[in-house]
Amino acid sequence: MIVTVNALRIDAAVAIQFKDHMRAILDRAQGRVVLDLAQVEFVDSSGLGAIVAAMKQMRDGTRLELAALQPNVEKVFRLTRMDTVFPIHVAADAAVNPHAS
Amino acid sequence: MTSDQPISQMQRDIRISFPSTALSVRRALETVTTSLAALSLGPEELGTVELVLAEALNNVVEHAYGEGERGWISLECTQKPDGLHFTILDEGKPMPKGIVPMGLRAPLPSELEALPEGGFGWFLIQDLSHDVQYFRTGDVNTLSFRVNIGVVVRPN
Repeated sequence: MIVTVNALRIDAAVAIQFKDHMRAILDRAQGRVVLDLAQVEFVDSSGLGAIVAAMKQMRDGTRLELAALQPNVEKVFRLTRMDTVFPIHVAADAAVNPHAS
Repeated sequence: MTSDQPISQMQRDIRISFPSTALSVRRALETVTTSLAALSLGPEELGTVELVLAEALNNVVEHAYGEGERGWISLECTQKPDGLHFTILDEGKPMPKGIVPMGLRAPLPSELEALPEGGFGWFLIQDLSHDVQYFRTGDVNTLSFRVNIGVVVRPN
């Protein structure tokens, strides 16, 4: 399943809202969930915390993965080493359908 | 502009004041990044400034003032030869123990279950900025730091 974030920012102003939305979505999820961040230009530590919180509440047999990180978003994950705890894909499509041309 | 003027110089210092809400912080960040456009920074450098400032300002909103408390935040940005100098003032609670936290180090994957979700703010500030200083005078918190970009380059 691909979950697309339709927002430019995941920051302190929306972190709680984002966490609640994710909880509602992930409650019904099965298997791999790929969070498509292609539209997101900015993530701060609150936004990062919300994504980590979403990952921590995944049920057994489900997994949260990330895709399409813009450079400044990728940097936040790299600096905090959170890039080592999430599988990160170049694009969401490729993540769920690796053999597509 | 005279010929001995440095290139990529900010026209004037940035000074803004705004209420301590997350949405006001967003607007303040927008004001700063727009004002810094004159420096022709790359998107990566601009992103660094925005991230450090966001962390520092959100700390004021969430901790110095905190839930249900409202106050004002003042932000100044000055360009000096060694980079951009930022000063943030607020009238909220003092920093715990009167000092700036060193910031949580990045946790190992095995420590993730115990990871506090909001623990990365000071780590990012300490990692991306220099000369972080905090002091309290009367009821006012002053936090200052330098970001090592927008360093003035003199033309040949």
